[in-house]
Amino acid sequence: MNTILIRKFFYGDIPDETGGGELPQTPSKEAGKEWPLWEVLIRSKQGLDHKHAGSLHAADAKMAIENARDVYTRRMEGVSIWVVESKYIHATNPDESGELFEPAEDKIYRHPTFYELPDEVNKM
Amino acid sequence: MVYLLWKDLTACEWITGSQRVLTGVSFLTFDINYRNMVFQDFENKFQDKIDNEIKIEPKDWMPESYRKTNLRQISQHAHSEVVGMLPEGNWIGRAPSLKRKAILLAKVQDEAGHGLYLYSAAETLGMSREEMTDDLHSGKAKYSSIFNYPTLTWADIGAIGWLVDGAAIMNQVMLTRTSYGPYARAMVRICKEESFHQRQGFESLLVLSKGTKEQRTMCQDAINRWWWPALMMFGPQDSESQHSEQSMKWKIKRKSNDELRQNFIDMIAEQIKTLGMKLPDPDLKWNEERKHYDFGEINWDAFWQVVKGNGPCNKQRLDARRKAHEEGQWIREAAMAYAEKKMKQNNY
Repeated sequence: MNTILIRKFFYGDIPDETGGGELPQTPSKEAGKEWPLWEVLIRSKQGLDHKHAGSLHAADAKMAIENARDVYTRRMEGVSIWVVESKYIHATNPDESGELFEPAEDKIYRHPTFYELPDEVNKM
Repeated sequence: MVYLLWKDLTACEWITGSQRVLTGVSFLTFDINYRNMVFQDFENKFQDKIDNEIKIEPKDWMPESYRKTNLRQISQHAHSEVVGMLPEGNWIGRAPSLKRKAILLAKVQDEAGHGLYLYSAAETLGMSREEMTDDLHSGKAKYSSIFNYPTLTWADIGAIGWLVDGAAIMNQVMLTRTSYGPYARAMVRICKEESFHQRQGFESLLVLSKGTKEQRTMCQDAINRWWWPALMMFGPQDSESQHSEQSMKWKIKRKSNDELRQNFIDMIAEQIKTLGMKLPDPDLKWNEERKHYDFGEINWDAFWQVVKGNGPCNKQRLDARRKAHEEGQWIREAAMAYAEKKMKQNNY
């Protein structure tokens, strides 16, 4: 019908003759040679804290920062980047959350609203 | 007093003070019963969290099949983003203007970023990036079948943005509220970026729709070819879908395949009027009673053929990925060797 009007590129992305197509003969990885994982923290603007943005793999800190720039700040999301290798982060264990955080729950006297003051000084 | 150790999330190892006085068979029975009870208790608590809209985080206890389902879904999603760069990358060199070239480059770069966010989320479930890459390259892991169709004309790039990204957004907006924290956070980031993809696609088609006769024909032709594959992106009908029910219960998904598909059709059927084009479905008609568009039968045989690897570009796509990975091997190794050398020089 109308299709003669259209010029089509049937060759796709990679021509078959150069596409290969065999499964890799040897595994393409060397054990333990994967680039280490880094956590990325971004300061979105001056005056704010760095905040966790995500993670990525990189060979070293310089590459981690460059990759973080490309991945996490393409739309002006940041003015400063911190990276730290994930293995250096120590974290609380969710199974211990009870012991760790519950003691704070019954200490409402730590909040200013606990104290009832007369109206004249209540802006304190 | 019960101490629970979380070495392996599938089986909880436990010790009680009283168990030591129990002997032989009675101990074994007690052990099994107790394990089941503890396990059941954790499953209940897990489901309670889900029901109360508390997100599951990487180190929280989770049923093994929840972990596996998420891992499968997130890694497939990541693979789709990465393979999805290929059909569009095909047109970067041939985009009709510098403006369109810059837009397409930015979009393809976004897709790479989206792949990365998702791989990172999947890694929190305990699978390495290497394993995921290997599974993609060996064909063990799937990616969205939509990327096994060729991009034949420039209008395909517009149609992909509008229809393919449009369909993806339907799914992804839902997934910003998925129950696994890292997945939900990745989706929030992705959705923020994705809306530009759909808008640039529609705008690109809009320009063609106001162009010459050839341009209008090209526009319609691209819509004709991408419409049905885009509908198939939502997956099999609910009645045929293997994983749906449990995924809904765990709030990995919050809407069914058919529900999302219907929402998409209702949206596109309206938007296409602005283009002055037609969707290639003679049965497409507004149903006043249902308040939805009725639509024709989807060719599921064609869908399963593509899923099984017999689509027009399955081989090309995987070949391209493997080739890129293999040819990048030396530089990955060189970068690592360089980093190690630097570390030594600096006496770390």
